[in-house]
Amino acid sequence: MNLADLIVENATAGLFRVHRSAMTSAEVLRLEQERIFARSWLYVGHDSEVPEPGDYQRRVVAGRPLILVRGRDNVIRVLINSCLHRGALVCRIDTGNANAFQCFYHGWSYDTAGRLIGVPDVEGYSTDFRRLEQALMAPPHVDSYRGLYFVNFGAAAPSLHDYLGNARELIDLTMDSAEPLGGWKVIRGTAKYRIHANWKLLAENSTDNYHFRTVHRTYTDYLAERRERVGAPAPTVNRITNSLSLALENGHVAMLTRSVGRPIANPSPVWSEVVTAETERLRKELTKIYGEERGLQMATVSRFLIIFPNQAFQDTQSGFRMRQWWPTSPGEMDVNQWEFVPRSEHPDITAYRLEGATMFLGPGGFGTPDDIEALESCQIGFGAPEVEWSDMSRGMQRVPRSDDELAARGFWRQWHALIQGFDGAARTGDPTTTKSMPQNMELRA
Amino acid sequence: MNADARAVCGVSASQENLLLRLAVEYFLYEEAAHLDNWRLDEWLKLFTNDARYLVPAVDLPDGDPARDMMFVDDDYERLKGRVTRLKSRHAHREYPSSRTRRLITNVRLTRIAPSEVDAEASFAVYRSRNEIIAPYVGIYRYTLVRLDSGTFLIRRRRAELDLERLTDHGAVSIIL
Repeated sequence: MNLADLIVENATAGLFRVHRSAMTSAEVLRLEQERIFARSWLYVGHDSEVPEPGDYQRRVVAGRPLILVRGRDNVIRVLINSCLHRGALVCRIDTGNANAFQCFYHGWSYDTAGRLIGVPDVEGYSTDFRRLEQALMAPPHVDSYRGLYFVNFGAAAPSLHDYLGNARELIDLTMDSAEPLGGWKVIRGTAKYRIHANWKLLAENSTDNYHFRTVHRTYTDYLAERRERVGAPAPTVNRITNSLSLALENGHVAMLTRSVGRPIANPSPVWSEVVTAETERLRKELTKIYGEERGLQMATVSRFLIIFPNQAFQDTQSGFRMRQWWPTSPGEMDVNQWEFVPRSEHPDITAYRLEGATMFLGPGGFGTPDDIEALESCQIGFGAPEVEWSDMSRGMQRVPRSDDELAARGFWRQWHALIQGFDGAARTGDPTTTKSMPQNMELRA
Repeated sequence: MNADARAVCGVSASQENLLLRLAVEYFLYEEAAHLDNWRLDEWLKLFTNDARYLVPAVDLPDGDPARDMMFVDDDYERLKGRVTRLKSRHAHREYPSSRTRRLITNVRLTRIAPSEVDAEASFAVYRSRNEIIAPYVGIYRYTLVRLDSGTFLIRRRRAELDLERLTDHGAVSIIL
């Protein structure tokens, strides 16, 4: 396999194609583990998930069993959940509060900072052994941004700040928007599901507005029916005229869409008067604190951001969540998603927020099951190697609209650079792409 | 479990309560037959207007819809929307429809009141599609409204899954 040939891009002809073996080859997946997942900053969790000293969450990141723990010293750490003695898990419960982690195999125990503090019958070991200061291993790089914890398993890594690059501007909008409500917290209940499709298809799908009308028709019909009942006009969800796509630095990509039904802070016509008034009050507060332009961006624009390679940061008209997915084989991925809620949100708004999240982007909703069907359908189609290419050329020769494939190309360019062993793609956007960060975004309501 | 309910399960059960348990079991089987045969309009008629249908997240079977993330949290209007969606050929995950078979067992009445009865039942719902068969396994918790005719309406229906992840299922695209 010639890695350089996996993507064919011809700007003059307006063509961008991905070879489908990228979705089916075990060799490609092996290289992805080595050159992408072992070198990228990968999301672990949010500080609200470990609010008290001793609180922990187990996570599996790039196949590594990890513990996100707030130590008794109040410092949040990420530890590798494997006993130094023989390798067994020192923590076998998904979430809880610990004074120490004791391995059940031979009883070695570690404090919440990871230090080895107890070895049964330690007299059996040499003086030199007993003198060693040992601790659970940590990933080589651990850092956080706005309460979001990431790890990087590479020998050398850029700072998390640099890695996130200009995607930070979108992250900041969402993080700042909940400050008047005490900031975000992750609520209980994790969506965990498997998709029989290559992991990269979910990255493509998550910023793709082209599929919205065809795949999610039953959802928009449902919204329209709900609005009709209260005499409101049909929804304009993800209209081309009120949304746009961005290809950001380091392979991060985004779709922005002006939308109503945002708990922070743009009410839906079907919401109650109390909630509508409260949401509008919050929007005014945001423009007062952050200025008219930035406050309105926070309140009225939904942000579907892909943090390269495998994380969706979705602050949408259906709530705010983090979604992360891991390949388990070329044709299969496991998805985990966590829902965020402001700490002091009006309970009636939270009810609408959770309704929106459940009804569209949860595994029992009216949207996500059909996305899964589309992705699995593609993967079944890849069973015919005679059809060699998947096409992502849409919108290459115009200033790309949100239903064009600019975002997919941004993701794939970075993937293609890394898979060949380069540091990153030379460019993110198409020849016609403007530097369209949110400040310059002009959307019609 | 109150004393009346215990009597349903034990040797001291009154004939009346044994008949009630049989009536509940039969109602659950009839409901399952509607779902397995995709008679969704008939199924919807089994609900009260204040009904709630809930499926908690796989890692939180005791999830509270007021503050936790759920897989399904339907009031009657959303339930109606779900039925409308599943009847559409644009509900892609279920077009063409999957084949399902519901095994319902271990039926227990946990509360008997003059107007309502609470029941629990174990379930295995097998879903087959694209040559993959995936079992949803768990427990139902029902609150049923007792009608003069001797049958019931569903006021609360909660399906708690014993799964750690939706694996071959991918989603909860059918009604559990």
